[in-house]
Amino acid sequence: MTQQTALTVPCPECAADVAFAEAPMESEIVPCGDCGADLEVRGTSPITLETAPEVEEDWGE
Amino acid sequence: MNVLLLHARVRVEEKLLHAELTRRGHGTTMLAVDDLVLSLPPRDGDLDVRPFDVVFDRCLSHSKAQAALALLEGRGARCVNRAEVARVCGDKIATNVALVNADVPVPAATCAFSREAGVTAIERLGYPAVLKPPVGSWGRLLAKLNDRDATEAVLEHKETLGGPHHGIVYAQQYVEKDGRDIRAFVVDDDVICAIERRSPHWITNTARGARASGLTVGPALERISRAAARAVGGGIVAVDVFEAADGALLVGEVNATMEFRNSIETTGVDIPARIVDALERAAGADEVGAPARAREVGHA
Ligand SMILES: Nc1ncnc2c1ncn2[C@@H]1O[C@H](COP(=O)(O)OP(=O)(O)OP(=O)(O)O)[C@@H](O)[C@H]1O
Ligand SMILES: [Zn+2]
Repeated sequence: MTQQTALTVPCPECAADVAFAEAPMESEIVPCGDCGADLEVRGTSPITLETAPEVEEDWGE
Repeated sequence: MNVLLLHARVRVEEKLLHAELTRRGHGTTMLAVDDLVLSLPPRDGDLDVRPFDVVFDRCLSHSKAQAALALLEGRGARCVNRAEVARVCGDKIATNVALVNADVPVPAATCAFSREAGVTAIERLGYPAVLKPPVGSWGRLLAKLNDRDATEAVLEHKETLGGPHHGIVYAQQYVEKDGRDIRAFVVDDDVICAIERRSPHWITNTARGARASGLTVGPALERISRAAARAVGGGIVAVDVFEAADGALLVGEVNATMEFRNSIETTGVDIPARIVDALERAAGADEVGAPARAREVGHA
């Protein structure tokens, strides 16, 4: 593994820095380490984050 | 082959599947179902399904998946799982009907369509009973009912607080299952591996904190899992099995878009690879770069 520079984007809930070791995929869910909110990757270049929608009742396996 | 992977969230599972598809040189397009538009009849600007040899459903929402797969199959796309399989597995009552019709052993169950009839039905089924929303997952909103008082209370809450689909009462007999349930992974008629999930709580979903470990697939488990998968229409499914106190195996439900991140190391089976094998078979393109099967599509 090569050393990668972390990509950092502010959390839309609490403004803390959310760091990515590698480029994320769109629709990926990442938790904010500070406030615990689930964040959804909406764009990848540049990385944009939104609060992930709530789990709905008909979601599942 | 070219794969359209339909998703809601890209979880560990979707990333593993994407990585395996890419590793084998398959074209893989990730599409959030929330961005999908399909007109009737098809119009310019709709998703063009023709470039895809297979549409792979990994949606989280049962109702969205069901509608999307029906529309996609309607215009000639080959979907995995098939729309019919997603429909049957997404609804516990439809699953139960399919299993019973195929003589697959299941816990005794009952359905009723009002609070009053629900109380009568559950009294007749006997206690303890497990009340389940017909559509839902991850062990959410399950209620273990030990007596008539609890039944009356929970059904009143459902009627008062719940939406229209909570008007359907669906309950199974509680199976004394020795602290665990079994999950068998079936891919195209092949029972590829199984895990058991143990918990001190009667709900043994890993989403609810149960611990998973690998389990050898014996002949009885293999038989019932394959029969359950066939009963719902085959494809790529996870069969939840309870072993009752008398040793009988009973199928609790069948899942059509299973999670497997915790089952690869525990079983030693490369589940995403087995899934991609199935997609290749479905596409009829075993070799990379094989021509897409010609077929009629109803695209304008
Ligand atoms: N009839 C039953 N008897 C005993 N335990 C049950 C019964 N039905 C469900 N359970 C327990 O509850 C858990 C969840 O049940 P079930 O699989 O029906 O719900 P679910 O919400 O669809 O979960 P998932 O789809 O994630 O497996 C089971 O794994 C099992 O531990
Ligand atoms: Zn935050």
